[in-house]
Amino acid sequence: MSEKTRVVLHEMSLRDGMHPKRHQITLDQMIQVATALDEAGMPLIEITHGDGLGGASINYGFPAASDEQYLRAVIPKLKNSGVSALLLPGIGTVDHLRMAVDCGVRTIRVATHCTEADVSEQHIGLARKLGVDTVGFLMMAHMIPPEQLLAQAKLMESYGANTIYCTDSAGYMLPADVTAKIGLLRAELRPETEVGFHGHHNLGMGIANSLAAIEAGALRIDASCAGLGAGAGNTPMEVFVAVLDRMGIEHGVDLYRVMDIAEDLIVPMMDVPVRIDRDALVLGYAGVYSSFLLFAKRAGERYGLSSRDILVELGRRKTVGGQEDMIEDVALDMAKDREKSAAN
Amino acid sequence: MSKIKAAIVGSGNIGSDLLYKARRSAIVDPVWMVGIDPSSEGLARARELGLQVTAEGIDGLVPHLARDGIRLAFDATSAHAHHRNAKKLMDAGVVVVDLTPAAIGPYCVPPVNLSEHVGSRALNVNLVSCGGQATIPMVAAVSRVQPVAYGEIVATVASKSVGPGTRQNIDEFTRTTASGVEKVGGAKRGKAIIIINPAEPPLIMRDTIHCLTEDDPDQDAITASVRAMCAEVQRYVPGYTLKHGPVFEGKRVSVFLEVAGLGDYLPKYAGNLDIMTAAALRTGELFAEQMLKGAFEPHGVRA
Repeated sequence: MSEKTRVVLHEMSLRDGMHPKRHQITLDQMIQVATALDEAGMPLIEITHGDGLGGASINYGFPAASDEQYLRAVIPKLKNSGVSALLLPGIGTVDHLRMAVDCGVRTIRVATHCTEADVSEQHIGLARKLGVDTVGFLMMAHMIPPEQLLAQAKLMESYGANTIYCTDSAGYMLPADVTAKIGLLRAELRPETEVGFHGHHNLGMGIANSLAAIEAGALRIDASCAGLGAGAGNTPMEVFVAVLDRMGIEHGVDLYRVMDIAEDLIVPMMDVPVRIDRDALVLGYAGVYSSFLLFAKRAGERYGLSSRDILVELGRRKTVGGQEDMIEDVALDMAKDREKSAAN
Repeated sequence: MSKIKAAIVGSGNIGSDLLYKARRSAIVDPVWMVGIDPSSEGLARARELGLQVTAEGIDGLVPHLARDGIRLAFDATSAHAHHRNAKKLMDAGVVVVDLTPAAIGPYCVPPVNLSEHVGSRALNVNLVSCGGQATIPMVAAVSRVQPVAYGEIVATVASKSVGPGTRQNIDEFTRTTASGVEKVGGAKRGKAIIIINPAEPPLIMRDTIHCLTEDDPDQDAITASVRAMCAEVQRYVPGYTLKHGPVFEGKRVSVFLEVAGLGDYLPKYAGNLDIMTAAALRTGELFAEQMLKGAFEPHGVRA
C-alpha cells in the first residue's frame, strides 16, 4: 500500500439499508440522510429499492416510494455526492436503467450471481453507452474460487464495466479469501479497471475484510453509516472512516460528520437494532444471502419454526440472491415434515 | 388416422426435444427439420430418424412446403430469425407455433386460451416464455374465480438450462412474461422475476405465483380452481407439481410449483424448457385436429 492510497467510499444505508427498513425509508428521510452525507464529503451514495431498480414486488416488498420518486427527490438536493443505482438483471430491466440515468444517476451497478455474469451484457453495455460510471457487481462471491470469479469479472469487463466488485452478500468471507480474490482481480483485470469490495458484517469481518481488500488493490469500498444494511448490516462507515484516518489512507470523508449521521439520523430510524443476532450470525456462518434475514424471521413466526433452522436449510439448498420466495417454500416444507413426524 | 405434416425450424436443444415429443404424436407428423449449421448434431439426429433436413435455414424449406404438404411449423430459433421465418411460412399458408420471444402472434398458453386461438383461426401463435407457460395457468386459475389486481411470478431455473439467447436478452423474458400474466393470466398488472441458480446437481425448475385479489379471496373456490388447472397442465407436462398452496394471507394468494421435464432430449431438471416444447406440441396438435376435421382453413392461403 503506497502512502498516497486514496479510496472511494460508497454509502449503502439508503439502498442496502432498505432491507432492515423493509423498504420503508421515507422520501424525507432519504433527503435528510443524503444531504448530510453530501455535507460530510461522501463521494457516492446508492439509492434504490433494496433489491435494486424494479425491486418493488410481493417477493421483496413494496417500498414507501418508487425508485424514480426517491431519485428525483434526492439528486437535485446534492452538491457534490454522486448517486448510484443498483440493477439486478432478471428483476429490473434496461427501462429502469434509462429512467435512473434520466434522473441524474452517475453510477450504474449491474449485479448478478457470481457465476452468471453473462446475463449482464445488455445492461452493462447500455450503461456504458449512456456514458455513466459502470460497475459489474458479482454477488455471493464466497461460493466460487478466485479463478472462477476472475473469469466472470472478465466477462463484465468485456461488456464495458469500468469497475468490478467482489461482493460478500452473505458476510461469509474471511480476510484471507478477500485477499486471494481481490488480489487476483487486481492482477489480471485491465490496469484501468477498478476493483471494489462490498462487505456484510455477519461474522464481524466488515472492517477487516475491507482493509484486506484495500491492501490487495481495491479502491472502492462499500460501507454504511451505523451499518444499516441487510443481515448484520454492511461494514460500518463511521468505524471504517476512523480506521482509515488512523492508517493515513485518504478518503475525503469527514469522520465526525459520519459519526453524527450514524448516531443522530440512522440509529433512530432503525425498527430493530441492526446487529449480529443469532440469525444474522447464521447467515455468515452458513453462507446465506443477507436480505433473507427478516423474511426468515417472519416465516418462522408464521409457521412456528426456528428462523435459524430455516436459514440453515436455505444454505444447504444453495439458494442464491433473489430467491426470497424459497423462504416461505422451505418453511412450508419444514412445517409439513413436522406434521408428519407428529403423526407417526 | 392421417396426420398433419409439420416442420421444426431450429435444430438446437429445443427443436430436438420437440422432435422427440412430436414423433409420439398421433396427429402431428414431423417430416422436416431446418437448421443453419451443416455440422449441427440436431440435424444429423433428425436425418437418422428419417426426417428431411436442410442447413440452409428457412429458404431451404420454403420450396418444399407445398410439395410435401406441410401445414404446420414450429419455430424454435430466435426472435430475430422468427420475423423472417414467420412471414415466409405464413405466406405459404402454414400455421406457425412460435417458441421464440418474437411474439408476432397472440400469446398462447394451452390450458387457458388455446381453443380461443384455434377458433379465431390465427396463423401465428406465440408461447410467451418458459416462465409464462409454467405460471400463467395459475394466475388464470385465480382470475377465473375473482378479479386479480396484481399478479407476480418468480421463476427459478437451473443455470445449465438457460441458453445464450435468453442470457443475452433476459429483459425480454421479464417483459414478455409480465405482459402474458396480464393478457392471458388476467391480472390487471403483472410482474415477472427470473432467478438463475447454478447449484449442482441442477435444481428442478421452481415457480412461485403471487396474486393480489381485489376483494378478499374465496379460499375454497381458488383452491379448487388451482388444483383443477394443475391437473390440466399435467395432461401434457406430467412433472408439473403443486408443491405448496394456495397459501392465503390477506388478499395475497401464493402458489408454489415444481416443474420437472420428461427428459426426452433435455434433462429432467429443465422443466422450463420441457414445458415449452410440450406446450408447443399441444398447441400444434389442437390446430392439427381442426385441420383434420376440415374445420380449419387458415386465411391468407395462396393457391
